[in-house]
Formats: sequence, structure tokens, C-alpha cells
Amino acid sequence: MADFGYTIWILIIPFLTFVVLGLFGMKLKAKISGLAGTAALGVVTALSYITAFSYFSGNGMTNGVFHKIVAFNSVWLNLTDQLHADIGFLLDPISVMMLIVVSTVSFMVHIYSLGYMKGEKGFERYYAFLSLFTFSMLGLVVATNIFQMYIFWELVGVSSYLLIGFYYTKASAVAASKKAFIVTRFADLGFLAGILLLSFNTRTFDFVTLTDLNGPAVTSTGGAVFMGMSVMTWSMLLIFMGGAGKSAMFPLHIWLPDAMEGPTPVSALIHAATMVVAGVFLVARMFPVYYFSAPEALHFIAWVGAFSSLFAAVIAITQNDIKRVLAYSTISQIGYMIFSLGVSGYGGHDGLGFMASNFHLFTHAMFKSLLFLGAGAVIHAVHTNYMTEMGGLRRYLPITNATFLIACLTIAGIPPLAGFFSKDEILTAAFHHDKLLFAIQYAVAGLTAFYMFRLYFSVFHGKERQYHHTPHEAPATMTVPLIILAAASVLSGFLPFSSLVTSDGVPFESHIEFGIAIPSVLIGIVGIAIAWVMYKKETALPDRMAETFKLGYKWAYNKFYIDELYLFITKKIIFNHIASPVAWFDRHIVDGTMNGIAWVTQTVSFKIRGLQSGQLQKYAFVFVSGVIGLVLVFIYILN
Amino acid sequence: MNSGIPLEFFLILATIMFFTGIYGFLTRRNLITILMSVELILNSVNINFLAFNRYLFPGKMEGHFFSLFVIAVAAAEAAVAIAIIINIYRRFNTINVETVDEMKY
Amino acid sequence: MEGSQIMFAIFALVIIIFSVFTVTSRKILRAAVSLLFVLIATAGLYFLLNYQFLAAVQITLYAGGIVVLIIFSILLTSQISHKFEAVEWKKSIFSVLASAFGAVVVITTILRHTFEADQAIAAEVNMNLIGKSLLSTGHDGYVLPFEVISILLVAAMIGAIAIAKKGSPHKDLKNNN
Repeated sequence: MADFGYTIWILIIPFLTFVVLGLFGMKLKAKISGLAGTAALGVVTALSYITAFSYFSGNGMTNGVFHKIVAFNSVWLNLTDQLHADIGFLLDPISVMMLIVVSTVSFMVHIYSLGYMKGEKGFERYYAFLSLFTFSMLGLVVATNIFQMYIFWELVGVSSYLLIGFYYTKASAVAASKKAFIVTRFADLGFLAGILLLSFNTRTFDFVTLTDLNGPAVTSTGGAVFMGMSVMTWSMLLIFMGGAGKSAMFPLHIWLPDAMEGPTPVSALIHAATMVVAGVFLVARMFPVYYFSAPEALHFIAWVGAFSSLFAAVIAITQNDIKRVLAYSTISQIGYMIFSLGVSGYGGHDGLGFMASNFHLFTHAMFKSLLFLGAGAVIHAVHTNYMTEMGGLRRYLPITNATFLIACLTIAGIPPLAGFFSKDEILTAAFHHDKLLFAIQYAVAGLTAFYMFRLYFSVFHGKERQYHHTPHEAPATMTVPLIILAAASVLSGFLPFSSLVTSDGVPFESHIEFGIAIPSVLIGIVGIAIAWVMYKKETALPDRMAETFKLGYKWAYNKFYIDELYLFITKKIIFNHIASPVAWFDRHIVDGTMNGIAWVTQTVSFKIRGLQSGQLQKYAFVFVSGVIGLVLVFIYILN
Repeated sequence: MNSGIPLEFFLILATIMFFTGIYGFLTRRNLITILMSVELILNSVNINFLAFNRYLFPGKMEGHFFSLFVIAVAAAEAAVAIAIIINIYRRFNTINVETVDEMKY
Repeated sequence: MEGSQIMFAIFALVIIIFSVFTVTSRKILRAAVSLLFVLIATAGLYFLLNYQFLAAVQITLYAGGIVVLIIFSILLTSQISHKFEAVEWKKSIFSVLASAFGAVVVITTILRHTFEADQAIAAEVNMNLIGKSLLSTGHDGYVLPFEVISILLVAAMIGAIAIAKKGSPHKDLKNNN
């Protein structure tokens, strides 16, 4: 068994970078702080690769089964004898895979930001926050117990808030960061409730114990039943609520499109590749518990994922802002991952859904961050986010064009690129589980290809617009990450994922089922073809289609009015009928009581003050009255 | 000698004088009139003592001597009081009792 | 009606009326003179009770000493032409109530109590007896209070002189209303 003690540095280095850059960043030159942050992250990436290589090449296996290794664990908060919250470092197939994903994408984003954020005010603050985020996300994925995961979960939310609101002078950015934080915080309420229920039932926070097949979580019969579902089902559903908030599943998806107000590299890192998959990771981490103790929750999760996929894809085909299209695409793809976990079985080949979900997580991180960074390069060149103001950019931005095309082909599921392999596995798992869900996801695959190529053709082909100045290609610091990520998108499909990451640690052989693969490729090609016809050259076809489906188009364009619904509920109902009376009560009754007590004290003391008036005759009067009173008492009453 | 006059008459008379003096003490504004009321009170007490001595304890003399000493003390006290009043008059230029209220809150 | 009863009635009437004058008069000199009459009537009462020496002392000290002292102080504080304002309502009512109530309580107590006279032979209080008692120690001796009173008088004298002495360092303030 190799010693994995060095892995603790994977957490310490980003944290130290955050502290140093945060405290001293203003004193250093901007470029130095950027390079320092990037270099630190390079070290972290190297360490992550070393760990992964060491783990997967045999050190993580005993008897051919990957198992969990706890590299480090110390008790932090002793709640009772049995229940204690620890801080630790857990290595297991999904956490090692996430280490690679997070550190790679973060490293690419660090390098990219050297060029993209050059000259921006607050450059050092940006790198400090990026380090904080990396630290939080890494801490989340290697958490040994659910309480530690919750702590880092909140930290990730804070980092996201800080980074979305990076341009804090812009009102829309501030509003978006608040919205993101509040929505995810609301979801975390459910998460915390779920944690408490779960730990109360199973008497532990620790993941190794919770996912142990003979442990209390998996073998529990559920205990009390509330409204038809057992305690375990309720707790796992509540935990999923937290995951759904972070992963922007319907109806908690409203924050993700608005989060595009942050800088584009931030969108690439946080809202495409890493933070938003935290929900997927959570379900994957707790998968044995879900499968054995709360199968109804798993069924519900599958439907939530499928619905979110479809919902987001429909909205994406009408949006005009590049980043918004990509945001809805992210929601859709995460829906795929969540859905795949929902339809998965357990053990060996039955756990195909589990493996496919993690595989898609890996490839999606690569190509979605590539898409965002490419979009950033485009925005950097033409200084606008809107597709309607772009066109024919392939002449001016060759590298961006090539890498963006590779990414779009990947997401559409064209072999032999990575997206084909991961998406195909998901569809296979779905087909064997539930035909209706399979049909929905199949349709979404087609829609995905369509809107992605709509985006591609509108930006890089189509009619050229008048630009303020000739768009120029991005500098090397920005194009090198694009090329690296494009290579990853191409090559990662060939990773033997099923022999590395499985639901129970046992590697298995996965193969392509041509009966499903060929139709999925076909529908991808159909989507691309429709987009080619409508958008490659400037035509009136899109407008005519919008006219034909006028009502549908209007609803999709306005995101199905979900935001307006939420605003209505909060402003008209909660503010007016709940918050206002409570505020009135607090102001008039609680404060009023305090003020009343003070007023009474003051008045009484004022009156009592008169006893010390300094007036001789008043004193004498009291004296005489007292004496007469005493006489009465002693002679008459006490006799 | 005093067979015609019951003891109670003396006592009631003294009481009336006493409470008149108290009324004057509580009501009057001039310091000197307050002093006069105090003299009234002291005199009523004297009458009381002497009446008791004569009627209830004819063989003893305590009441008589007590009254004698009360008169002496009253004289001394009146002298000191007048001295104080003159001092107050010098300071405040008035002898209204309500102006001498510096020991107030 | 015996002579003593008539005398008593006259004296009592004088006392009551003039003491009321003392406390309600609005001119200070009239109050002083009313006080004088009260004190003289009290001396008359003492004569009735057969305490001649005390009556003489009363007239000498009280009527002749203290009232004169009071009149002097009235003159010294230039109050002689001062006419008082009427007493305010609240003060008057409370004081009247207190006094009247107190009077009622005491009178009721007096009337309810039966006074038992000590059946001893009345002592003749003459100067001989008084002189001997004042200077004798022992059971009926009052020499100790006598000496104490003399010390008290000395102290009062010195005190009065010290207080009323002029030339204190603090300035005389104007009327600080």
C-alpha cells in the first residue's frame, strides 16, 4: 500500500495561495500574482496526476477491487461519542477522477485568465478567489464525511458568489451573485435537513461507514414512515435537494443563466465543469445508500434529470446570448448525468449508468470548458455577447474556430470524439431501464446537436457583420488552453473508464451497442443538418419558423416565465403576507415592549425624584404623616 | 384646687395647640414663622407635662423639671435658629423656605 | 362655675384663637404678637396649675426673651413690611388634613383612656424645694441635667455667635431664583 500522505498538499497549496494573494496581492505587481497563482495550481495539478496514476495503476486495488483509502483523517468536532465531524482526505475512484478534472480545468482557466483578464482592475483579487474556489472544490471531492462535504459545499457557494459578483460595480452582476447564493443556500437547507436525518438514523457522518454494504445506512429498514415514505427515502431526497440546487436542476435552475454575469473563465471553471457537477458527485458518492435504501428517490432523481434536460434544451434553441446558450446547455448535460445515475443499477455491468454518468462528467468538463473559453475568445475579439451581432468570424479567429468546432462535434455525439462514447453509454443504460426516459433523452440529444450548431454557424459562418475594428485572434495564453482542452475532448473518449470508475469498485468491460449507437449518431447528424440549412447562410428560415410556432417560441424565449413566477411568489406572497406582518410585529411589539419598559422606568424614576426635592416642608409633611400612621398602627391595629 | 377642671381638658387643649403648630410648620413660607410654630409645639408639650404631673403624680416633680429644661433648651434653640436665619438671609437675600433647596436631586 | 373654671375657659380661648392667628396671619408682626399672647396665656395656665415659678420663668424667658428675639430677627431680615401671599391650595389642604387627622387620632386616644391618679399627697412646689432639687444629687436630684443645660447654653451661645458672625469669605449671592 503506497503512502498517500503527500495528498494533503493538494488542499494546502491552494489555500495558502488564497491567503497570500488575498493579503499581499495588492502589494505585488498584477502579473506576479497571476503567475504565482498559476504556478501554484500547476503544482497541484501535477500532484493530482501523480496521485491518480498511483491509485489507478494498482495502489488503489486489493484483490482487483478499487477501494476507499483514507489518506488523512482527524477529528474536528466531537458531537457525541459516536457522532463526530472530521476533516480528512478520502481517495476512491470518483474522488481521484474529480481531482484530475478540477485541477486540470482550473489550471487551464488560470493560464487563460492571464490573457483574458489582463489589465482588469482587481486582477489579484480574481486570482485569490480562483485559488479559494479550487481549494473548496478539492476539499469537497476528497471529503471523508458528509459534514466536511457540507462545509466545503458552502465554501464553494461563497467562492461562486464572490466570483460571479466580481464586477461589483455592475448592478446586474451583484443581483446575479445574490440570486446564485440565495437559491443554492435555500437548497442547502434541504441538504442540511437530509444530513441531520441521515446521521440521526445511522449514527455516523463518515462516508466509509455510510456506503459500507453491511453498514447501518444500506441495511437499515428505514424506521419510521412519514407520508408514505421511509425516513431514509426522505433524508436522501432532501440531500438530493441540496445537490439539485448546486447542479441547477429544475426548479432550482434559475441562478445559472444569470451567473453568466461573471467573467467568462469563471463561467468555464465553476459553472460548466466543476461546481455544478457537485450535485452529481454527491449522488454518486452516496450511490449505494440511494440504490439499496431509497430506490424511490433514485426514480425521482431520474425524472428530475430527464425533465431538466428537455426543459433546458428547449429554451436553449431560442436564446441569442452566447453564454446563455452555453449555460442552458450545461443544465441540459448535467440533466443527462443526473438522469444516468437515476437509471443505474449496482454492481458490475448493472452499474453502467453510474459509470456512464461519471464518464460524461469527465468528458463534459473538458468540452464544456473548451466551449466557454472559446466563447470568451470570441467575446474578447468582438466585444459583444450577442450572436445576432456576430458572423463570419472563421476568417479572423482560426484557432478558436477549429477548437470550437471540435467541441461542438463532441457535444453532438459524433464518433470518434469523446462525447459520443459517454453519451452513448448513458443512452444504453437508459434503454435497458425505461423506454420512455430513453425516448426523452434521445430527443434531447437531437436538440443538443441542433442548438450547438445553430450557435456555431451563427458565430463563425453566416453573414459577416460590421465590426468596430478587425477582430484579431486571441493571444497565446488564451489559445494554448483551448488547444489542450480540444486534445482532451478528442482523446478522453478512449479512456478505459469502465475499468477505472464503477459503482462497486469492480472493473468491467463495456462495449458499444450498435443498436443504440447508430441511431444516436444519426439524430446528431440530423440536428447538425437542420442547423446547417437554417443558419449556415443568412436566411429567412429561422424567422419563419419562429412565426409558425409563435406561442411556443415566445414561451421558450422567455424561459417559460419561471423567474417571473418566483418573483411573484416572493414579492407578492411572502413579502406582503408573511414578511411584512412579522416586521410589524418586531418593530411595534418587540421593540415597543423594550421602549415601553424604558419609558416606564424613566417616568417612575422621574416621579420618585420628587421625594428628594430639598423642600423642608415636604420632608416634614412626610415625617408627620408617618408618625401619625405609626401611632395608628401601634395603638389600634396591633392591640 | 383643680377639682373642677378634668385632666382631659388640658390634654385636649395641648393637642389642639400642638397640631396648630404642625399646620403652621408645614404651611408657612417664612422661616421665622416656622420658628414661631415650633415654639407653639414646644409650649403645648410643656402644658402636657405639667398637667400630668399635677393630676397623676402629685408627689413627684419630674414633669415640672422637665418643663423647666424644655424652656431652657427652647431658648437656646431659638437663638441658634435665628443666627442661622440671619446667615441664610445674608446668602440668599430672602428667607423663603422654598429657596433653601440646594440639597435636592 | 368656679373661678378657676372661668379662668381656664378664658385662657383656653385665648390660646386657641391666637395660635390660629399665629399660623395664618399674613403680616409677620401680627403673628409675633399673637405668639406673645399665646405664651402669656400659657403662663396663666401654669398659674392655674399652681406652678408659679414655672409661670414666672415662662413669662420671663419666652414672652420676654424669645418673642423679642424673634421681633429683632424680623427687623434684621427686613421682613417687617412684607405681606405674605396666600398659601397655595394643595399645600394647605394636605397640611390641614394631616393635622386634623392627627388631632382626631390623639383626642380619641385621650378620651378612651382612663387616667388613674396616683394617691399621693401633693407636694408644695416652692422655691425652697426647687432650689434644693436642682442642686442635690441622689433620688430627687437634678444637678446633672442642670449642669448639662448650662453646657448646652454655652454651646448655643458660642454657636450662635459663630454662625451669625459677619465677614465670611464667601460672597453674598443674589436671590438665586
